[in-house]
Amino acid sequence: MVLDTVANAAKSADQVQPFAELGLKSDEYQRIKEILGRRPTSSELAMYSVMWSEHCSYKSSKVHLRQFGTKAPKSDALLVGIGENAGVVGIGQGYAVTFKIESHNHPSFIEPYQGAATGVGGIVRDILTMGARPIAVMDPLRFGAADAPDTRRVLPGIVAGIGGYGNCLGLPNIGGEIVFDETYAGNPLVNALCVGVMKVEDIKLAKASGAGNLVVLFGATTGGDGIGGVSVLASETFASTGPTKRPAVQVGDPFTEKVLIECSLEIFAEDLVIGIQDLGGAGLSCATSELASAGTGGMNIKLDKVPLRDPSLSPEEILMSESQERMCAIVAPEKIARFLEICEKWDVTVTVIGEVTDGDRLLITWNGDLIVDVPPRTVAHEGPVYERPFAEPSYIAQSTRMKSEVPQINSAPEISAAILKLVASPNMADKSWVTSQYDKYVQGNTIQAQPDDSGMVRVDEKSFLGVAISTDANARWSFLDPYEGAKLALAEAARNIATAGATPLAVTNCLNFGSPEDPGVMWQFERSVTGLADACLEMSLPVTGGNVSFYNQTGSVAILPTPIIGVLGVIQDVRKRTPMGISESGLELFILGETAADFAGSEWAHIHGIKGGVPPRAELQREMRLIELLLAANQKSLFASAHDLSQGGLAITITEMVLRHKVGATLNLPGDLTQWLFSETPGRVVIAIKPSAVKEVEALAQTHNISLAKIGTTGGDALKINDATISLSELSAAHTATIPALFG
Amino acid sequence: MRVGVVTFPGTLDDRDAARAVVAAGGQAISLWHNDADLKSVDAVVLPGGFSYGDYLRCGAISRFAPVMKSIINRAEGGMPLLGICNGFQVLCEAHLLPGALTRNHELHFLCRDQVIKIENNNSSWTLNYEIGQEILIPLKNGEGSFQCDDATLAQLEGQNRIIARYVGENPNGSRNLIAGITNARGNIVGLMPHPEHAIDPLTGPSSDGLAFFTSVLKAAVNS
Amino acid sequence: MAKIVVEVMLKPEILDPQGKAVASALPRLGFTFATSVRQGKRFEIEVAGDPTPAQLAEVEKAAGTLLANPVIENYTVKVEK
Repeated sequence: MVLDTVANAAKSADQVQPFAELGLKSDEYQRIKEILGRRPTSSELAMYSVMWSEHCSYKSSKVHLRQFGTKAPKSDALLVGIGENAGVVGIGQGYAVTFKIESHNHPSFIEPYQGAATGVGGIVRDILTMGARPIAVMDPLRFGAADAPDTRRVLPGIVAGIGGYGNCLGLPNIGGEIVFDETYAGNPLVNALCVGVMKVEDIKLAKASGAGNLVVLFGATTGGDGIGGVSVLASETFASTGPTKRPAVQVGDPFTEKVLIECSLEIFAEDLVIGIQDLGGAGLSCATSELASAGTGGMNIKLDKVPLRDPSLSPEEILMSESQERMCAIVAPEKIARFLEICEKWDVTVTVIGEVTDGDRLLITWNGDLIVDVPPRTVAHEGPVYERPFAEPSYIAQSTRMKSEVPQINSAPEISAAILKLVASPNMADKSWVTSQYDKYVQGNTIQAQPDDSGMVRVDEKSFLGVAISTDANARWSFLDPYEGAKLALAEAARNIATAGATPLAVTNCLNFGSPEDPGVMWQFERSVTGLADACLEMSLPVTGGNVSFYNQTGSVAILPTPIIGVLGVIQDVRKRTPMGISESGLELFILGETAADFAGSEWAHIHGIKGGVPPRAELQREMRLIELLLAANQKSLFASAHDLSQGGLAITITEMVLRHKVGATLNLPGDLTQWLFSETPGRVVIAIKPSAVKEVEALAQTHNISLAKIGTTGGDALKINDATISLSELSAAHTATIPALFG
Repeated sequence: MRVGVVTFPGTLDDRDAARAVVAAGGQAISLWHNDADLKSVDAVVLPGGFSYGDYLRCGAISRFAPVMKSIINRAEGGMPLLGICNGFQVLCEAHLLPGALTRNHELHFLCRDQVIKIENNNSSWTLNYEIGQEILIPLKNGEGSFQCDDATLAQLEGQNRIIARYVGENPNGSRNLIAGITNARGNIVGLMPHPEHAIDPLTGPSSDGLAFFTSVLKAAVNS
Repeated sequence: MAKIVVEVMLKPEILDPQGKAVASALPRLGFTFATSVRQGKRFEIEVAGDPTPAQLAEVEKAAGTLLANPVIENYTVKVEK
């Protein structure tokens, strides 16, 4: 096959190129020709097509995501904001924490184990590349109906992949969630979050500066992983015969990544890199163009120097390869010897593949022939920006008119039956079958993990400084009112970490939606982003970064809009955190926050097949006062335990509290029992307090203007609600049987 | 007392083992797999993890590391040696202990707080436990099923070389619920669950695991 | 080019949960022929030229110390064209 060089492209303007098969529109192809002043070479076409794809360029979402910048609240803690590989916040005592969440949805549908595994690998590298030691992971997951055959195909593989990769890296899995809904059939969601820690002065950025500095590729060798549609180029544009390469799924090797982590951290500790970038989606194309455009503008790369696992790869394929566990560093010449030594100690493949120049072009050669000559910013940052049309879909008017008439319960047998039914439903059931496949102990700093409200990790072993993270989304609320739904999700995540005693600091988000070409979906997206941006401003929590996943739909049925919000917070002393479960009898149970009739989108409505209605409105001022109250109470160690209310309402919250340590509770709930037990009014927390603390808690509730109502006491071996009694063993049996029966 | 903690490529729980050694009052000395120098340590811990990615078989490649040559030498001379999880796998591959660890019978990685019963408190690593004492420590592995032939099993049982057994349901299919064994001399112990993750109720299910590490300090004093 | 092939199987008395899982999965897909399945490993070793008896002897040693764990596994060594 003839190499398509720049010289060749300059003299063959009329060459037909498969830009459409690579996902480029004809006006985009034209624009590339204008940028270059000639037709692109096949390598340049490959680079632009991948970097200008939805996944890499955010072309459909950019116009809306800008709000996170324009509406950004002032934050003293924010050290690195949107635009880098991950956001960074200062947490005090000289520490910086970086965190981010990303999706790997489509690959996980195709190959569940490797799709999920490489999703974990990718987000971990994003954190590593900021200069941090990764310290924990979390995984919010969504699947089709629990008893659907395809769920049984994908769920075990995805869980095994997350565990297989994360455990081997030595990262404790400290949280996440699993939600089943039929709209995710064919489009499971695998969102992976990673947190890392470093000293503030050790933050690393992804920029290439300083002419003469070296571009160094290290980590795994390069093969044909994930080259996808680029094989169109690798095969015969020039119409010859021969075997066509098939797109390869990305396959991960966690051992290589573990070694890469240790090697990189030693390199960082000796201050040997000027800039660093990991190779994720779009591999080398992305790393080189992003490093160059963020730096002083010019870079020369000798592509033939890239160490290959598969020597038959063409230059286009090498540029597009998504082989895992690779990083790209900018290293000053006087430091390269030591860099190479450290790589040798860890047996990590390392190659100098180029250098930073004082020009403003990215030049890539193949055995001396120039095959890429582009302005890097046009590849990495100046991709197309779409203003996709959006319009409120017709279902909104219908669903808001529907009344959530849910079944009412009154008698003792009805109460018991209802609770047992709800705790056994797949969304509410115990998920230990899943979470026991994850190591939560490694690194020895895990304070809270599933099934707690938030994950919490100790950062300093002497001062007990720690961080807490929660990820939340309520897709049914987002479906019914995406603006309020996003606000409510932010409030819930912040409330979850405040419940344990951590102060919210920053936000990440993974926005999972259907097709952006559907104006109704685009409307859900625009409303969700606007809602989140408005809520972040009101709650003074900056968005530090995140991810967008579009096209989660099969045919014309999109998934429920699922914006997953992650909030990170800091706790001064993890020993003082407020645990979730009840472990003492004789405590008094109170509920903070008012309960109204909020059944739209609730679990109670869902298990009875009732859809539609109007979800609650987010009252962020009240949520913020509640957070202040929770933090103040934690400071004074007033709560023996606390657990927030969300899906499933009080019924689920109290169930989880009593089953944690098998200490029961007796509740006396006057009035509308259905509302008490199953309403999902936001901004509520159940607390268990010593009788001696009641006066102080009442005073706090007064000053923070949060309603406080006594609901019962702790103790015994049953959950008693008014006249109903459910033994803890019966409750536990119902709670723990469902998931193993479905997937074990 | 100087306790060496070995790091192979892919070892994960080395820092936790070092933390446990320090909490017990010892000095933790980091030992690199490629360096045969044992730095005058008095005892060695082979920690948990996925050394060499568990390629080929768990511990199969690690056992040939330069540091292992020195360790085997000294262990055969009586130096206390504890292999935890992956470390236990390395000890079996190196034939310092009999039997082998195979895939969990349910095929899943399993992380849970596990009750085990101590049955031998003569080994260097269990002196501070009572016989019959039940302790709660984390179990977290995919290949923890202890297997051996009938003759070996008879020997281990007959010579009272089972140091701990799982209580309750068998979590991984190990023969006779064996969670840990020792050699005839009592200085080399292999244990599947992780005592180093149970030294502080803040971060683990209990502090029951600390006594493994205080025991070896006592063993040094006694010897 | 000829290669030396080493096949490693768990000893018959050792529980093979992976083989069992495969055996259970086959009927779910409509395959009912198997009465038992056991899973093992196959190593393909290339040498320069045709394998010599000396090399085969070395492979035997390697098989017994590294490629297989004789405590729980059996192995065979052969040459394949």
